[in-house]
Amino acid sequence: MTGLSPTLFWLMVAGYVTAASGLLMPTARLTRITGAIGAIAGGAAGLSLACATLWTGESLTLAAPGMIQAAGGLALHLDRLGAIFLAIISGVAIPVGLYGGAYSASYEGRYSTRWMALNVGAFLISMSLVTAAASAFTFVLCWELMALSSFFLVITEHEREESVSAALWYLAMTHAGLLALLAAFYLLGSGGADGSFAALRAGAAQLPPGTRHAIFLLALAGFGSKAGIVPLHVWLPRAHPAAPSHVSALMSAVMVKLGIYGLLRVGLDLLGGGPAWWGTVVILCGAVTALTGVLYALVEDDLKRLLAYSTIENIGLVLLGVGAGFLFRSLGQPEAATLAFAAALLHAVNHAAFKGALFLSAGSILHATGTRDMNRLGGLVTRAPWTAAVFLVSAMSIAALPPLNGFVSEWLLFQAFLSGVAHSQASIAGLLTIGVGALALTGGLAAATFVKAFGISCLAIPRSPEAEHAHESPRLMRAGMLLMAAYCPLLAVFTIPVLATIIGALAEVPGLPAVPAAFHAGLTLHTSNGVAAMSPVAIMAVLAGTLVIVWMFVRVIAGRPARIGDTWGCGRIGQTPRMEYTSSAFAEPLRRVFSQLYRPAADTAVGVARPESPYYIQSMAYRTQLHPWFQRAIYEPLIAAVERAAAWTRRLQSGSVNAYVGYIVLALVVLLIVVMGF
Amino acid sequence: MDVTGIVCEAAQAVLGLALAPGVVGLIRRVKARLQNRRGAPVWQPYAELRKLFGKDMVVSPNASWVFRAAPFVVFGSTLVVYLLVPAFITPLPLNAAADLFALVYLLLLGTFALALGGLDPGSAFGGMGSSREMTIAALSEPAIALAMLSLALGAGSTNLGEIAARTIANPLAALSAGHVFAFAALFIVMLAETGRLPVDNPATHLELTMIHEAMTLEYSGPCLALIEWASWLKLTVFFTLAANLFLPWGLATSLTPAGLAIAAVTTVAKLGVLAVAVAVIETRIAKLRLFRVPELLAVSFVLGLLAVTSSFSVR
Amino acid sequence: MRLFAKIRRVGLVTEPLPDAVPEAVAVVRDIDARARRVLGRAVGIRQVDAGSCNGCEIEISGLGGPTYDLERFGLHFVASPRHADLLLVTGPVTRNMEVPLRKTWEATPDPKLVVAVGDCALNCGVFAGSYAVAGPVASVIPVDVTVAGCPPDPNTILLGILTALGRLETRR
Repeated sequence: MTGLSPTLFWLMVAGYVTAASGLLMPTARLTRITGAIGAIAGGAAGLSLACATLWTGESLTLAAPGMIQAAGGLALHLDRLGAIFLAIISGVAIPVGLYGGAYSASYEGRYSTRWMALNVGAFLISMSLVTAAASAFTFVLCWELMALSSFFLVITEHEREESVSAALWYLAMTHAGLLALLAAFYLLGSGGADGSFAALRAGAAQLPPGTRHAIFLLALAGFGSKAGIVPLHVWLPRAHPAAPSHVSALMSAVMVKLGIYGLLRVGLDLLGGGPAWWGTVVILCGAVTALTGVLYALVEDDLKRLLAYSTIENIGLVLLGVGAGFLFRSLGQPEAATLAFAAALLHAVNHAAFKGALFLSAGSILHATGTRDMNRLGGLVTRAPWTAAVFLVSAMSIAALPPLNGFVSEWLLFQAFLSGVAHSQASIAGLLTIGVGALALTGGLAAATFVKAFGISCLAIPRSPEAEHAHESPRLMRAGMLLMAAYCPLLAVFTIPVLATIIGALAEVPGLPAVPAAFHAGLTLHTSNGVAAMSPVAIMAVLAGTLVIVWMFVRVIAGRPARIGDTWGCGRIGQTPRMEYTSSAFAEPLRRVFSQLYRPAADTAVGVARPESPYYIQSMAYRTQLHPWFQRAIYEPLIAAVERAAAWTRRLQSGSVNAYVGYIVLALVVLLIVVMGF
Repeated sequence: MDVTGIVCEAAQAVLGLALAPGVVGLIRRVKARLQNRRGAPVWQPYAELRKLFGKDMVVSPNASWVFRAAPFVVFGSTLVVYLLVPAFITPLPLNAAADLFALVYLLLLGTFALALGGLDPGSAFGGMGSSREMTIAALSEPAIALAMLSLALGAGSTNLGEIAARTIANPLAALSAGHVFAFAALFIVMLAETGRLPVDNPATHLELTMIHEAMTLEYSGPCLALIEWASWLKLTVFFTLAANLFLPWGLATSLTPAGLAIAAVTTVAKLGVLAVAVAVIETRIAKLRLFRVPELLAVSFVLGLLAVTSSFSVR
Repeated sequence: MRLFAKIRRVGLVTEPLPDAVPEAVAVVRDIDARARRVLGRAVGIRQVDAGSCNGCEIEISGLGGPTYDLERFGLHFVASPRHADLLLVTGPVTRNMEVPLRKTWEATPDPKLVVAVGDCALNCGVFAGSYAVAGPVASVIPVDVTVAGCPPDPNTILLGILTALGRLETRR
């Protein structure tokens, strides 16, 4: 096996480079083909590499000290923690490659698919290398490459103002995060260690506590902005919808997880954990993020933006688990800590599967109808049945409905919190109880959101001519979607091996023992204060059996064919799409309940027939808008301040050549004084 | 699970399905008597089911396979929940999968399916019912979770068999503040989730006041029978949970004829008491307008929080 | 608590149903045997107002109250015709209600019965010949039993419904 890892690694690199070489292909069709084949091959190799690392425990180490010598060269080391995330990246790359092979055809002629192919390849390879990076320099290099390639992908439709604005927001926020990361790494290395992770890890123990706290907070800010922590998330609902759908799938399913990976790498691995308040901060961030994400997803009418906010919600859930892990570790409950981290990682894996499928089916809907606005969709379940089926399965998974995979990871998160509550002091127990409440509320609101998303987009009557003439996607897109959706039930059935692998990976981190969990027919956790058991396979089997028995029973007793009759509308004549519920209407009760948080701006304009009397109303228009409050409260003042500062410095650009010559002379004089002084 | 286990679970399923219409019939009869009228006999719901299975179905042309599949999913998921609830014996053969959170989310699966079934025919009533139902389901989740957390704190596990066993072993714990608060929280959530007054009037004919019924307006014949039966079974599930998690005495711990007989009698008696209690409450209380329901659920959440705090300090 | 004291004080007020079938009830056509068999003891009634003056409606609404209590016979009112087994139609069918009445009848699953209540439903009553009236209920949908009266009292209506269900002997 020793020789296999480097081979697989180079195969993976070769695959992604092939995908990127679409840039050089003479025809657009060849670009698409090489892009698809490259992504699939690279993904398959990466997945095999990750599995090999996870199962055999062998780490891949590659060093190229000669490259970019001044910064210490490139160093790669793939351990089990990184392998989990490599598995996520590669697993998602395969269906996305299949899907993109057909989807990018819709961009031909208008935008450059060659450039898109290059960037997809670069994106995939930089994400894979981030998981294997073993020195600060390698990490930051690959991180920046990932950011740049995704920026170019977001701005693919550069003729749309929305895409350009989204890409600029993304660029600004990712580089702000990069600054925080650079500061964190600089502080990590301030103890005199060289850039390699091994040295940083050894040196971190000697750092003064103030520096450690600063590093953690900077890492939380930097990685958190990539993951989508509120309030650093503002780029996510803009960038993810603007990118092409298969890229959105990659960004939402995979890239945000790398933020989590970074936090775990720096906080858990390099720094080795910290005091209780680290965990508390992360839990609070996670709770706020989860609730904010789902509340804004609920009221969205744009399908892809709804999915982006839902990503924010799920990252919040993952952070709840990560925070609980940090907290339990610092409180001396190592088993609970392992359980919490395992739950968080399992949720990250599951989320990659169903969010990827959701974005691919949303892309298919966009391809079929040309619109993302749910108020213009409907009736797709008969016109694009495969798309609707994929959407339904992944919507059920994300709503945490048994027996699919979303339910398993939510259950584990609950169990992790529960095992911590029992053994803690009152304040910690209070925090964890609030966490449980937030988890439950998020789960319920997510279910409501996805009833809305699936019900309004796919069911009932089409609400616009575009939806009425919708068609199913081409075969390749269907194959990609179905493969991604197939991950959901598969991950549910094979929860136990996946969870065992994750726990094994966490055991590499010192201080995290393996949780005594018995895995046979079901999943039985023997936690320190009792037994908790759950079996997704048993529930699946019993549910399926019951459904079959009931269906046969009904067929036998009452198997008469049904008569077709108009939808009951109190005897009205005819039914138009205007009589159906709309997406905004569906979310209206919850919007009212949470109106203090949303603070919607409502405007009613009444047009009267005669100015002297307000009672003869001719027209009435009601407009309501939800402006996310972080934008008003945080970003708009910030942007205004930056613009003011820029306007002030603009005064230097007077336009007069004499002034500029004067500046040059002044600079020369200052330089001469400084040089002569030393 | 061996043959005995399968027989036990099948018997529990059959008994549950047989009891559920009777529970609802009793509630209706008591309400009728409290309205000074004779009312339908207690076995009226059985007659209704028999009639519905004999009727034809009329289906909207806009409805897809989701509409036709939804009643089966609702019925199947509620029946699976009943299979995991300690109704007569504890621990159940399927105890390995009988987790409180699994139960809650299986019920949510039923609600999800029914909400989609309400949206499919494209009528405004169905959409309204789905929207309101999901609102109430979402807002009652935190209350349920905290009530479960307090039960699990007391028993050290979220497994239903464990919770019942610990309460049987420690009778005084049933009167502790944590238990009482958790029972109150669960009772309010039950009224919300099963569509009883003051959240939803099960006997209303005004579509604008409907929540659960609005989603079923398009269903007819056997599909309607399945949905109605499933909602009655859901009520029975909640009653059984309220009775057998908080007052589990009478549950048979082994498969002896005497034990099973006692279990049957005590469970039926507990269901009867709860049915009468719900009927009395429904007579006394008026329906809340929809935007006051979150306040009621907030009260339930606070009760759950009090339950957790009490359970925590008592441990 | 005062409420429960009052309930106990008032007691059961439901009146027993009279034995004889008044002349007002007439069976128009043979009742379908399948309907009789399926709609044994549980019947959902959908009341349709096809342009009536609401006099019949007031009598019908009395049926749901404690005095006449139709629920003791297993009957109950339903909101959607999809849930209904029996349509209780009142009013001379006005032109505007002709199509909705027909649609309601089509939306009701088989087996179903129709009981036309009131003189207007039977033969347009005092509105016969009006420009706004399309015709009696029987001209729009098939009627099984008619209950004459302007308006008929609740007991008569109840006897008419039970006749339709074949739970009482009757004569043409």
